[in-house]
Amino acid sequence: MKKLKLNQTTRRNYLTYGLVILAYAILQIMNGSLSSSLKGMLVPICAYVVMAVSLNLTVGVLGELSLGHAGFMSMGAFTGVTAAVALQDLIPAAPLRMIVALIVGAAFAALAGFLIGIPVLRLNGDYLAIVTLAFGEIIKSIFNNLYVGVDSSGLHMSLLSDNTNLEEGGKLIIGGPMGIGGIQKISTFTAGFLLVMVTLVVVFHLVNSRAGRAIMAIRDNRIAAESVGVNITKYKMMAFVTSSALAGAAGVLFAMNYSTIVANKFDFNTSILVLVFVVLGGLGNMLGSIIAAAALTILPEALRQFSDYRMLVYAIVLILVMLATNNPTLKAFFGRFKPGKRSGKEAA
Amino acid sequence: MKKKFVSFMMAMVMVLSLAACGGKDSDAPAPENNDAPPATETNDSASGAAFKLGGTGPLTGGAAIYGNAAKNGAQIAVDEINAMGGIQFELKYEDDTHDAEKAVNAYNALKDWGMQLSLGSVTSKPCEATSVMNFEDRIFALTPSASSTGTIEGKDNMFQMCFMDPNQGSASAQYIADKGLGTKIAVIWMSDDPYSKGIRDTFTEKAAELGLEIVSDTTFATGNDTDFSVQLADAQKNGADLVFLPMYYQPASLILAQANAAGYAPKWFGVDGMDGILTMEGFDASLAEGVMLLTPFNADSTDEKTAAFVAEYQKRFNEIPNQFAADAYDCVYAYKQALEAAGATPDMSAEELCAAMIEQFTSMTFDGLTGESMTWDATGAVSKSPKGMVIENGAYVGLD
Repeated sequence: MKKLKLNQTTRRNYLTYGLVILAYAILQIMNGSLSSSLKGMLVPICAYVVMAVSLNLTVGVLGELSLGHAGFMSMGAFTGVTAAVALQDLIPAAPLRMIVALIVGAAFAALAGFLIGIPVLRLNGDYLAIVTLAFGEIIKSIFNNLYVGVDSSGLHMSLLSDNTNLEEGGKLIIGGPMGIGGIQKISTFTAGFLLVMVTLVVVFHLVNSRAGRAIMAIRDNRIAAESVGVNITKYKMMAFVTSSALAGAAGVLFAMNYSTIVANKFDFNTSILVLVFVVLGGLGNMLGSIIAAAALTILPEALRQFSDYRMLVYAIVLILVMLATNNPTLKAFFGRFKPGKRSGKEAA
Repeated sequence: MKKKFVSFMMAMVMVLSLAACGGKDSDAPAPENNDAPPATETNDSASGAAFKLGGTGPLTGGAAIYGNAAKNGAQIAVDEINAMGGIQFELKYEDDTHDAEKAVNAYNALKDWGMQLSLGSVTSKPCEATSVMNFEDRIFALTPSASSTGTIEGKDNMFQMCFMDPNQGSASAQYIADKGLGTKIAVIWMSDDPYSKGIRDTFTEKAAELGLEIVSDTTFATGNDTDFSVQLADAQKNGADLVFLPMYYQPASLILAQANAAGYAPKWFGVDGMDGILTMEGFDASLAEGVMLLTPFNADSTDEKTAAFVAEYQKRFNEIPNQFAADAYDCVYAYKQALEAAGATPDMSAEELCAAMIEQFTSMTFDGLTGESMTWDATGAVSKSPKGMVIENGAYVGLD
């Protein structure tokens, strides 16, 4: 009998899983009739969904504004692709190589998240936001000046200029401002879907655990949380590193979908774009993030018919949507369909 | 609430109508927005009998001058060819904002439209991304201006109308050495831009070979590209008599202005990215006096074809065409020549056309605005000779 009385959170989580699986199934069935435009966007959508959900963990659940999320995506993208290229001969099976690349990307992004977290998480609020912004830019600069090559004796690295001195037959993987070129496109929609599912499982389990409640306690009232013995640094770090690792995996997925990536792609604008997904979807609301990320990725393409006014129309639609989702009348209207739905948490 | 919403909608309508007005009377590139669509529409009626030609380029954003120039140049060529009868084209350009991700989206949109032949992408990095799609989908592409090596590497159906970056660097060094333009050279380049770096690397290599001395080698990057006093002071201190600027025209315009303010007047040497500096808004063209650049196209040429193209371009878009426009114009004519030679018809699939085009392009010789007797090798790189230009009285004049 207990089984029927799932609590609201669990019900909403299952609803999210269900909708994602349903969307995947429908898209797979319709695969033949989809336009190439939409088909081409499936993988980037998955990557942005993972980005949005992972940032929602920092912004919505932990309650700290991070403006450097694209930096972790970049970290994952560059390290993951490097791993995939270096292992090309060792692991011929593309799906397996993809998994290894994802793990490497996530691990490096987690490491970056940890290192950045040490100074950053001592701060709060606006200060933290600005510092994450700076770190995002630092990561971008590093990859703009990093040269990595591979030859028979292993990986070579150099900074600022190309001093890798590769042997005959060696290959320059990261070429500073040239980024990575000639990437084998091994990202697939299925890989993207699985990554989204893994992300959701990780995030939901973290949020619904003892640690998750501690993290939310920090968000709601830091002093109260500290006074009852919650280790602030530990839990903040836990959320931050998880969020970075997932962003790194999203970066790998994204990069492996294009034949070329440059560090400048993962700049401040990309961080803000992801933040827009999160805010639009509702802080702490994972399903909202997923829908917002998918919708806002498709929107600029759907507006191609407006040609030169495309970005203007996009901005206007964005303003309208932001106003509409914050409209109390509309909120009450949607609230009627979902009796259990809590309204989005206000930013701390 | 209702009232609020209504007033908001009114505001929206006003913004849109303002924006629509803005397009008509604002700066020079705008008129093409109003001119181009009717031309495309007339072609639409001939659908089925026309080859569908698609390309992506930055029509908005920082690199928009290139994308719009290429689009305009191609449009003129298409209209001319369609007016002649015979082979008919239908042209469509999609915006990629100089971003690989958007370029792939734009490419897919063109594929949905039914593109048979592609003009690739205008700028290098986006083109590297779309060229892979071209290769996979077997849609033949001839890019007007994507100059990096990665664009054509390993893709048998990807061809270039412009020089490759490395060739530009070595050609510039060769030119400087041959003409004895300078002995002590300073290079200022953009460290996070593949285009700039590609040229600079081969330039320094070739310069060392030719015995040109590089006395100052300084960089800048996106974000700190507004103050060049350190770089210029370094060049001046080391006594450079020629400064090589492998970069696009926006930073170059600032360098010229700041050198002028500092009273430093070496010889300036640029590359094809510098093209466009004269039509840049808010730039005092007199500062560019005496700047030399290597570009395959000279708008002041007395050559009949060039003169006709420049006149038409000026009439339609109210500005002097740059190299990108000429390259795109040449691309369309090269397609025409190849299609005629192959006896291709518009009802052929993209894949059939691709095979025919590869065969034609590797064997034909083409005379265009940007070079005489151009040929392509199997890699897709073009072979043509660059022309040295110098800016005099606000216009390009051939150096030779």
